[in-house]
Amino acid sequence: MSAALGFSPARVAEMLRKELRQIFRDPQLYRILFIAPVVQLLMFGYAVSTDVRHTRTFVIDHAGDAASRRVVEALTAGGFFDVVGRSTRDADLVTELDHGRAVVGLVIPPRFGADLAAGDASVQLLVDGTNSNVATVALGQAEGILSSLGVALVPPTISGETLVPPIELRDRAWYNPDLASRDYNVPGVVGVLLFLVCMLLTALAVVRERELGTLEQLMVTPLLPLELVAGKALPFALIGLVDLVLVTLLAVLWFGVPLVGSPLLLLFATVLFLLPSLGLGLLISTTSKTQQEAFMASYLTLVPAILLSGFMFPVASMPPLFRTLSLLNPLRHYLEIVRGIFLKGVGLPELWRAHLWLLALGVAFVGVAAARFQKRIG
Amino acid sequence: MNLRRLFAVSRKEVLQLRRDRRSMVLAFLLPLLLLLLFGYAISWDVREIATAVWDADNTPQSRALLDAFWASGYFDEVARVDDAAAAGAVLDRSEASVVLALPRGFARNLASGETATVQALVDGSDANTATIVLAYSRAIVLGYGARVRLEGGKPPLPLHVQSRVWYNEELRSRNMIVPGLVAVIMMIIAAMLTSLTLSREWERGTMEQLASTPVTRAEVVLGKLLPYLAIGMIDVAATSAVGVLLFDVPFRGSVLLLAVLSFLFLLGASGIGIFVSAGSKSQLLATQVAMIVSYLPSLLLSGFMFAISSMPAPLRAITYLIPARYFLVVTRGIFLKGVGIEVLRGEALLMAIFAVAGVTLAVVRFKKEIE
Repeated sequence: MSAALGFSPARVAEMLRKELRQIFRDPQLYRILFIAPVVQLLMFGYAVSTDVRHTRTFVIDHAGDAASRRVVEALTAGGFFDVVGRSTRDADLVTELDHGRAVVGLVIPPRFGADLAAGDASVQLLVDGTNSNVATVALGQAEGILSSLGVALVPPTISGETLVPPIELRDRAWYNPDLASRDYNVPGVVGVLLFLVCMLLTALAVVRERELGTLEQLMVTPLLPLELVAGKALPFALIGLVDLVLVTLLAVLWFGVPLVGSPLLLLFATVLFLLPSLGLGLLISTTSKTQQEAFMASYLTLVPAILLSGFMFPVASMPPLFRTLSLLNPLRHYLEIVRGIFLKGVGLPELWRAHLWLLALGVAFVGVAAARFQKRIG
Repeated sequence: MNLRRLFAVSRKEVLQLRRDRRSMVLAFLLPLLLLLLFGYAISWDVREIATAVWDADNTPQSRALLDAFWASGYFDEVARVDDAAAAGAVLDRSEASVVLALPRGFARNLASGETATVQALVDGSDANTATIVLAYSRAIVLGYGARVRLEGGKPPLPLHVQSRVWYNEELRSRNMIVPGLVAVIMMIIAAMLTSLTLSREWERGTMEQLASTPVTRAEVVLGKLLPYLAIGMIDVAATSAVGVLLFDVPFRGSVLLLAVLSFLFLLGASGIGIFVSAGSKSQLLATQVAMIVSYLPSLLLSGFMFAISSMPAPLRAITYLIPARYFLVVTRGIFLKGVGIEVLRGEALLMAIFAVAGVTLAVVRFKKEIE
């Protein structure tokens, strides 16, 4: 084949045009490409929240005096705790926690006011630990509120001194002063969606061609295998970039997530990230005979990739073995970059390592996929 | 309804299933993978917090406070910094997730009875981790402050807080995840696997053969359901056993109650799977529809990982339509709280309704006739 001597950009462009025309003729695919990411971003943006507020609180007040009312008031003032019921019988609290109607129980003992005046009072907090995350956070909030109340409540007559706390923690949260979990999660969704779209659709598109038997038609054209791979993958890279713009705009304009860093660097990192994503898609397409099989294989790749990316569960909380394994996960590196750019506003000096990983993984995945592709065709 | 015909359909389905590699992967490999990932690899427990120290005071007192941090077991020192720029840089490079800053004069203030301050600069980008880091820091600083007062001969602070955690005493996220995983794995089996059954017949053209036999609609649907119910129950038993034996998740309630309620949930969810399958003639489409209408919502909106109480009101309203929400209350109630039917009867009733509705919908929508 004399026509197949060198890599020809013109032939790739021709194939790209054919692919795009084919994609946009399918109304169903259109939906998957542009509507699904928007819907998913909205769903994730709202559902995936780890903020703990308005925790349902049940109060057992054995004292019923002014001091005990001040404790309850202080606890509910910030909006962190809502009182859902009161009683004077301890057994009621057990029932409420068992039924899950309350998550926190506050028990104020009898003669609380008198004890407090004497300088030695205590209250009890009971927390439903079923949701460990909510429990940890709520416990910290309640202890913080109650201990600063303890300082404020000291009657000066007893101690003879105006009491100051011996030591105080001043906290400042950088990058996300309100500690809104949405600002952390929404940029993460951008990464997950791109990964999903690029990998799954590339895999499906190639396998469909094989299913329909049109892959043979392509093989008899003068296209080189490498050109064929590029022509198959490029349209989805373009679509991925359009999705990036769409989803980023939505994140910033709709969810109000700050984009502190450089959008240009975000674009550059995304191009790097598309390489391993498309590579994985192609790799899956070389191992699957039917679209159904490709779908399953993509799914089996996606689940661990998302779980081990730091998207919802921090990489730092993984055991060392999995922390090391997650280095092979392109999504992990991309999320580090995306969050760094969105929230921290950092650039290449801090993120070069993650970029390098993406490039290396991209070259590796695309390389292996192209080699396997060539063998199957040849 | 003829039981012999029903079992014949079941037997045929089992034969087909055994030959279908990807169904077997979904039925047994995926649950195993999820269990290993959730059990071993990922958690929300915040430990070994990478901490940078900016100790401008550098006195025995400041070091004693830092020692209290290290002794807690939550914080690991990874760097020392000595100015604000360096503190910012370690956060920027994500080398540390918190910087503890002890200003000059810390020990002097502590001795003179003025309030000494400690600053915690925390990387807030991961809001959840940051909130927990701050909660731990506050508790350690308070404890240290109380000790200093006692050692100085002053009366202790007037209000003590005694905290106790119930049901999951050590606050391990694994104890929350594994019972939830039972529900998620059931959704995979029930919705994704069963969504393939009828569309497989259409795709292979065997629906015509089925139509020419005397089996009724209900017999086909129920016969096809049976093998998946069996697989689902095996998966529930295996997941629970691995969770309890390998991952030390407590099991405080009744095994029988878990089995009965799991069966109800499985019945309803498989009914939905068949319902989806009856409407789509391609397996690919059926899996995708099943994933969007039942699997993803069960994962995101059931309270499996994200507390329903933290969601905005419209979304919270939608969660009432998701059966996995109720089943999750059941699994966590039985595993962790050890509660019985007297607490779970509301959920049990809703799941029974769901089971009847799921199977009825499947039978009604499935039409054997070839147009």
